Amino acid sequence: MNDMTLVGKNVDTRNIKISARAVQVYYGDTHAIKDVDVDIESNTVTAFIGPSGCGKSTFLRCLNRMNDTIDICRVEGQITLDGEDIYDPKVDPVQLRAKVGMVFQKPNPFPKSIYDNIAYGPRIHGLARNKAELDEIVEKSLRRGAIWDEVKDRLDAPGTGLSGGQQQRLCIARAIATEPEVLLMDEPCSALDPIATAQVEELIDELRQSYSVVIVTHSMQQAARVSQKTAFFHLGNLVEFGETGQIFTNPEDPRTESYITGRIG
Amino acid sequence: MPTFWLVVALFALSAAGFFLGRQRALQAAGGDARQLHSLPSYYGLNVALTSLVPALGVLVIWLFAQPMIIESTVSGMIPDDLIPEATTRGLVMSDVRRVAEGLDTAIAQGAMTRDEVNTISTDDTDVRARLGEVGVALGSEVRSEVLSAAQRYRRMSQTGAVWMSIVVAVLAIAGLALAYLKTDKDFRARNTVERGILLLLLLAASIAILTTVGIVLSMLFETMNFFSLHSWKDFFFGSTWAPNFRGDSELSILPLLWGTLYISVVALLVAVPIGLFAAIYLSEYASYTVRSFAKPLLEILAGIPTIVYGLFALLTVGPALVKVFGRGEDGLLGVEWMSGATSVLTAGLVMGVMLIPFVSSLSDDIINAVPQTMRDGSLGLGATKSETVRQVVLPAALPGIVGAILLAASRAIGETMIVVMGAGAIAKFSGNPLEAMTTITTRIVSQLTGDTDFASPETLVAFALGLTLFVLTLGLNIFALYIVRKYREQYE
Repeated sequence: MNDMTLVGKNVDTRNIKISARAVQVYYGDTHAIKDVDVDIESNTVTAFIGPSGCGKSTFLRCLNRMNDTIDICRVEGQITLDGEDIYDPKVDPVQLRAKVGMVFQKPNPFPKSIYDNIAYGPRIHGLARNKAELDEIVEKSLRRGAIWDEVKDRLDAPGTGLSGGQQQRLCIARAIATEPEVLLMDEPCSALDPIATAQVEELIDELRQSYSVVIVTHSMQQAARVSQKTAFFHLGNLVEFGETGQIFTNPEDPRTESYITGRIG
Repeated sequence: MPTFWLVVALFALSAAGFFLGRQRALQAAGGDARQLHSLPSYYGLNVALTSLVPALGVLVIWLFAQPMIIESTVSGMIPDDLIPEATTRGLVMSDVRRVAEGLDTAIAQGAMTRDEVNTISTDDTDVRARLGEVGVALGSEVRSEVLSAAQRYRRMSQTGAVWMSIVVAVLAIAGLALAYLKTDKDFRARNTVERGILLLLLLAASIAILTTVGIVLSMLFETMNFFSLHSWKDFFFGSTWAPNFRGDSELSILPLLWGTLYISVVALLVAVPIGLFAAIYLSEYASYTVRSFAKPLLEILAGIPTIVYGLFALLTVGPALVKVFGRGEDGLLGVEWMSGATSVLTAGLVMGVMLIPFVSSLSDDIINAVPQTMRDGSLGLGATKSETVRQVVLPAALPGIVGAILLAASRAIGETMIVVMGAGAIAKFSGNPLEAMTTITTRIVSQLTGDTDFASPETLVAFALGLTLFVLTLGLNIFALYIVRKYREQYE
C-alpha cells in the first residue's frame, strides 16, 4: 500500500518537495532576501537566475541550512522539506544536509584519493555495512556522475589531480553518494570550459530522473537548456517564478524582460 | 688620521657631493628640472653614493685585513724556541701586541719620544719597568725578539693606517669627481642609483649569509682542534660524560644527547596536543571576538624570556612536582621517587608550555590556509564540524602541522635556560623522568663559564657539542621546511 503511494508520488511531477514561504535573510544589518515564496518540485530542475548579488546563492544556501555556518546570517520565514519545517529546532542540520546535497561553484575535491572522496559521505553516515557495499556505492555514484570510465583505473589517485571538469563531476558524484533527495548546485559550471560544461549539463538532465535539482546560474542559456522551472531574483526579491519556457519567451514582469534581453544585470 | 674622523670626512664629502651633483644637473638643464632625465636629487644621490660606497667598502675591508696581514708577518719573526712549553704562538703574539700598545701609551703620555721607542733595545733599557711607569703592566721580562717584533708591529700599523687614509681619500675624491663629471642633463641618474641601491641590498643579504658561514667555520675549526686532542670515537660512541682536569676525561656526547632528546620529547608531548587543540579551537570554533582576544594572549607566551620560564621551573614547577612525587610520607602520593626539584619532567613540562604558542600559532595559520570550500564541501555532505576537522581540515593541513612540530622540536633541542635551571647537571642514561639529567646546551654553558683554558679538550668539547647541536637543529629545520613546501602547493 505504502509502495503504491510512493510510486504514485513519483509519477506526479507536480509533487512539491521544498516549499519556502515568506523567507527573509539578513546578513548583519543587510536585508539580503526579502519575502521569497518558492516551491521546488520533485524530478524537476529549477534554475535561479539573476544579476550578481541578487541573493540567489544566499537563498540556495538556506535550503540546506549552509547559512548556519556564517555567524552573522539570520533566516526568518518557513522552509519545509516534505512538509517538515527545516528550521525547526528539532531538526538536525547535519541530517538535513545529508538529504539535501550541495555542489559548489568551485570544484572542491578533498585532498584524498578519488575513492575516499566518494566514500566520504557514505562513511560518515554509515551507509555501507562492509567494504564490498562501499565499493558498490562508489562505483554506482561515479557512474551516475558520468566519470566512472575516466577514473576507474585510478581510484587511488588524488582527487585534486583531475582536470577542472572531472573534479566538478567528482564533486557531483560525491554529493550523489550520500543518496540525497534534493541536489543544490551553486553555479556548478562557472569554473569550467564549454566542453566540461556540456558534460555537466547533460549529467544534470540525467539526475532529474531521481532527484529534484536546484541550480544557480549566471548563464541564461544554461538555465534555458537545463531547467523546467526558472526563478528570477533581483535585489533580494523573487521577481518572477514559473515554467522556464514561459519566463524566457513571455515574461510577465518588465524587470525579467529587461534582464533576459540584457538591459539590466 | 684616526678612523673615526676619516669616516666623518667621507660622509661630509659625500654630502657635499650630493649638493654639487644636484646643482650641476640643474645647471646643465638651465635651471629647468623638467629638462632632466631624472629628478635632480637622483643626480645628487649618484654623486654621493659613488664617492661614499667604494671608499667605505675599502675602509672596512682594510680594517679587517690589515691586522691579519701584520700579525702573520710579525709572528714569523718569533723563533720557535721562544715559545714556552704548553703555550702557543698566539699567546706570544698577544704579548707582542701588549708591548706595542704599551709603547703607544708611553708616547701618548710623553714618557718616551718616538725615536726612543723605535730604537730602544732590551740590552740597555728595562722595558718592563719603563712601561710599568706609564701604567702598562707586563707579566714577564720583555725579550729582545718580542720587543723588536712589537716595534715592527707598531711601524707596520702606522704605515698601514697612513696608506689606508690615503687610499680611501683618493677613492672618495675620484668617485666624486667621476660622478660629478658624468652629470649631465641626459645622464640616466635614476637608473644608476637604482643599480647602486640593488648592490647595497645585495651586500646586506650577503653579510647575513657570510656571518652564518663565519659562525659555522669558527665552530668547525675549534671542533677540529678538539678532535686533535681527544678521540672522536669517545666523543661520538663513548658512554660516559666525566670531564676532569687530570687529562683523562671521558667526553661522550651520547648521555647528553639522550638527556636532550628525552626532555625534548616530554616537552613535545605537552606542547603538541595542547597547541594543536588550541589552534583547532581558535581557527574552527572560536567566534571572532574570542579569537581576537585569545590569539594575542596565547602569543604573549612566546614573548616571555626563557630565563623567566627557567625561574618558573626552578621555583614553582619543580617544588610542586616534589610535593607530588617526593617527600615520602609527607608528599601527596606518599612516595619517595623524586628528591630534588630539578628533573626531566620539570624541564620538559615548562619547555612544553614555552612551545605551546609555537605549535598553536603556526598550526592556526596553516589550518586557516585550508580553503573554506573544503569545509563547505564536507559540511554540505552532512558531516559535523568535528568530522570535518578530523577528516578534511586536519589531513589537508597535516604537512604544515608536521612542519610546525618539527620547528618546535628544533627549538626544544636548542633551548638552554630552562634546562640549565630545571633539568639538573647529571649526565646519565636513565628512563626515569623524575631524575635530574643534563643536556648538550647545559654542558656547553658549564664548560665555557668560569676559569677556562682554550687549549684543553674539556673546554674545546663545547665547540664540538655546539656544532653537533647546530647540525641537528639545522637538519630538523631543513626537513621541516621541505615537508611544508612539498605539500603546500597541492592545495593552492
